[in-house]
Amino acid sequence: MSTLKTENLKQYLTPFNIVVGIILLLGGFVTILRFTKGLGAVTNLTDNYPWGLWISFDLLCGVALAAGGYTTSAACYVFGLKRFHSAVRPAILTAFLGYALVVFALHYDVGRPWRLPYPFFVQSGPTSVLFEVGLCVFLYLITLFIEWVPSALEWLGIRKPRDIIVKATLALTIFGVVLSTMHQSSLGALFLIAPSKMHPLWYSSYIPLFFFVSSIAAGLSMVIFESTLSHHFMHDKMDETYLKEHDGVTYGFAKGAAMVLVLYFFIKVVGITLDNNWSYLLTGYGAWFLVELLGFVALPAFLYAIAVREKNLTLIRWTAALTVLGIVLNRFNVSLVAFNWHLPPEMRYFPRWHEFVISIFVVTVGLLVFRFIASRMPIFYEHPEFKEHEPRDLEEHELKPHPQTWGH
Amino acid sequence: MQRRTFLGLLGAAGMGAAVNKTAPAAGVKHFEGYPDSYGVLFDATRCIGCRSCEAGCNQINGLPQPDKPFDDLSVLEKKRRTNAKVFTVVNRYDRIPGVAGAVFRKDQCQHCLEPACASACFVAAFTKTPQGAVIWDESVCVGCRYCMIACPFEIPTYEYNEPLTPRVMKCHMCHPHITSGRATVPGCVGACPTEALVYGKRRDLLAVARQRFAAFPDRYVNHIYGEREMGGTNWLYISGVPFKEIGLREDLGVTPAPELTSGALAAVPIISAAWPVLLTGIYAINKRREKIATEEKKQAVAEALAKAKAQAKEELDKALAKAEAEKKSAVEREVKKALEEAAKAQAEAEAGKGQTEEGE
Repeated sequence: MSTLKTENLKQYLTPFNIVVGIILLLGGFVTILRFTKGLGAVTNLTDNYPWGLWISFDLLCGVALAAGGYTTSAACYVFGLKRFHSAVRPAILTAFLGYALVVFALHYDVGRPWRLPYPFFVQSGPTSVLFEVGLCVFLYLITLFIEWVPSALEWLGIRKPRDIIVKATLALTIFGVVLSTMHQSSLGALFLIAPSKMHPLWYSSYIPLFFFVSSIAAGLSMVIFESTLSHHFMHDKMDETYLKEHDGVTYGFAKGAAMVLVLYFFIKVVGITLDNNWSYLLTGYGAWFLVELLGFVALPAFLYAIAVREKNLTLIRWTAALTVLGIVLNRFNVSLVAFNWHLPPEMRYFPRWHEFVISIFVVTVGLLVFRFIASRMPIFYEHPEFKEHEPRDLEEHELKPHPQTWGH
Repeated sequence: MQRRTFLGLLGAAGMGAAVNKTAPAAGVKHFEGYPDSYGVLFDATRCIGCRSCEAGCNQINGLPQPDKPFDDLSVLEKKRRTNAKVFTVVNRYDRIPGVAGAVFRKDQCQHCLEPACASACFVAAFTKTPQGAVIWDESVCVGCRYCMIACPFEIPTYEYNEPLTPRVMKCHMCHPHITSGRATVPGCVGACPTEALVYGKRRDLLAVARQRFAAFPDRYVNHIYGEREMGGTNWLYISGVPFKEIGLREDLGVTPAPELTSGALAAVPIISAAWPVLLTGIYAINKRREKIATEEKKQAVAEALAKAKAQAKEELDKALAKAEAEKKSAVEREVKKALEEAAKAQAEAEAGKGQTEEGE
């Protein structure tokens, strides 16, 4: 009996489980500290730096990197790029979990988390950009939940409500795009109110547009990045359609991301020009700004374009990682580097280790829930019993001539 | 409260900014502040840095005792800011070009006419009272600290060491004490021994400041800080040295904070109105293109099929005709062959008969 137990134990002691276990333990420890001693015990936040890593990473980056949900579903259902259909479910699941974790992480950051619904149900401050962000995130989380529910219902074998939701796909997708447009841009607009605290190179009246456009690049790149990881770790869960469409999705998204990054580069340059901030480029902040703009916007745009032309999947994957990193860098630059740039160095903020623990903890929880769901529910494959209920066009897809070759 | 809830719900439908005409974000008219609102005039030429105002504030608001007593002036060595236990601080500014001694300035909430904090708060916890003070309501605050991001004067502070009920702490110009009758002037003003602080209607304070400029033109910089900065504040400053030398930013501009975000907020109803139509249009265009492609495909297939059929029929006919011809010639050949054979047989038979006759 006892040997059996030890063997069972050994079976669970994989390196992955050990690392995850440590993260969860540390996360639990910091959680207890946060809710017994307050933010002062676990963060380096000050009266000058009311927002730190949890807002920069968990909220700003979290929402930007969860943009894959609306970009993928819009590409497939609104723009009619049905070749991307198999990428929709993983993207929706990631977005849903991403937003759920954003809200989860906010519970650590705000003072009285149980009051988070107050703006909508007790007293509203509609003059606040944060009100708009909150409302859109709240509604979009519900939308993403509804979009995700069919996977769960198929898994449970419940047909009726699932069919109703599938019929509403287009409406849900459009609602999701509207909400995403508004809150992705509003996350940038949050900083519009503090021009005196922001470095001019990152402050622009176009910052909402910058945040929105870059979120599209982030979303597309995240889908590529995640599908690479999923391919590695969840290959056995993928069906023939997913695998067959996968390369096409990667090329298509890379092409899209290249164009969006070029657009982003141009509007950033327009931003500098309109405020005539060229002279700042010669300062230290300017050098850092150029690193972001050239190294993490122009370079990935170029690499994506080359990789698509040469059909180089490996390069596309690395470029996706570079782009994602660039968006993270941008959100950090706006909210931490450019913010309070006028303060002397000793008053600047650097996160405490506890803050990193919670951010890593939140990402880990996300990964675990993703794995739990994707290894049980039809995410990377179509449920055999529900296949015939998928949009018919899909099954016809193989017969259809390629639009470019038609009519010539 | 009811109205706010209602407006919140309208906002939920994406109509908030379109309907709420009183929202500063969507307003176009210029707000000059409540006409009879009160404020405080601080005169930097009179302040001696004694910290009596800090003590007065601490006492009337029942704030925790500081580590060093208020008569210990060594704290002035370092530049301080407001914090959760201190609503107001006096800072000393040395080494000002052209000035022999030190100049002091008191810092606290400026009580903006159109406050950034109030505009930024998503539960509208801040109120600009008609009396002039900007006050904060603990009963709705979520603790998101966006007010602290928004404030250009870096005033609101936060109880970071409160785990579950942290408050945003800032000067309220003794609004609760004055309305309750406990005090007639703010604690700091009452405690000031040199009349560096004057409490009164903002309108009158502006006049007082100008009188001092007129009486002592050499003593003052001819500018009232707070008359227009960030759209105007109820706390006003006059000084003998440039304001940036005493830690007041001169680059804030005169735009009230709510105007900085009104453009972005105005985009919300437009996006929520235009996007669904636009996206449905894009969907419809794609759908139609697809339909046409399918129809074209069907038509092409039908045409190809018809062509193939016709071709097949032609070929069949040709084959049939050929077969017919072949059949005919085969029959003829067979008949000919049969006739030939018959003729041969007859000839052989006749020859055989002749031989037999000869042999007999």
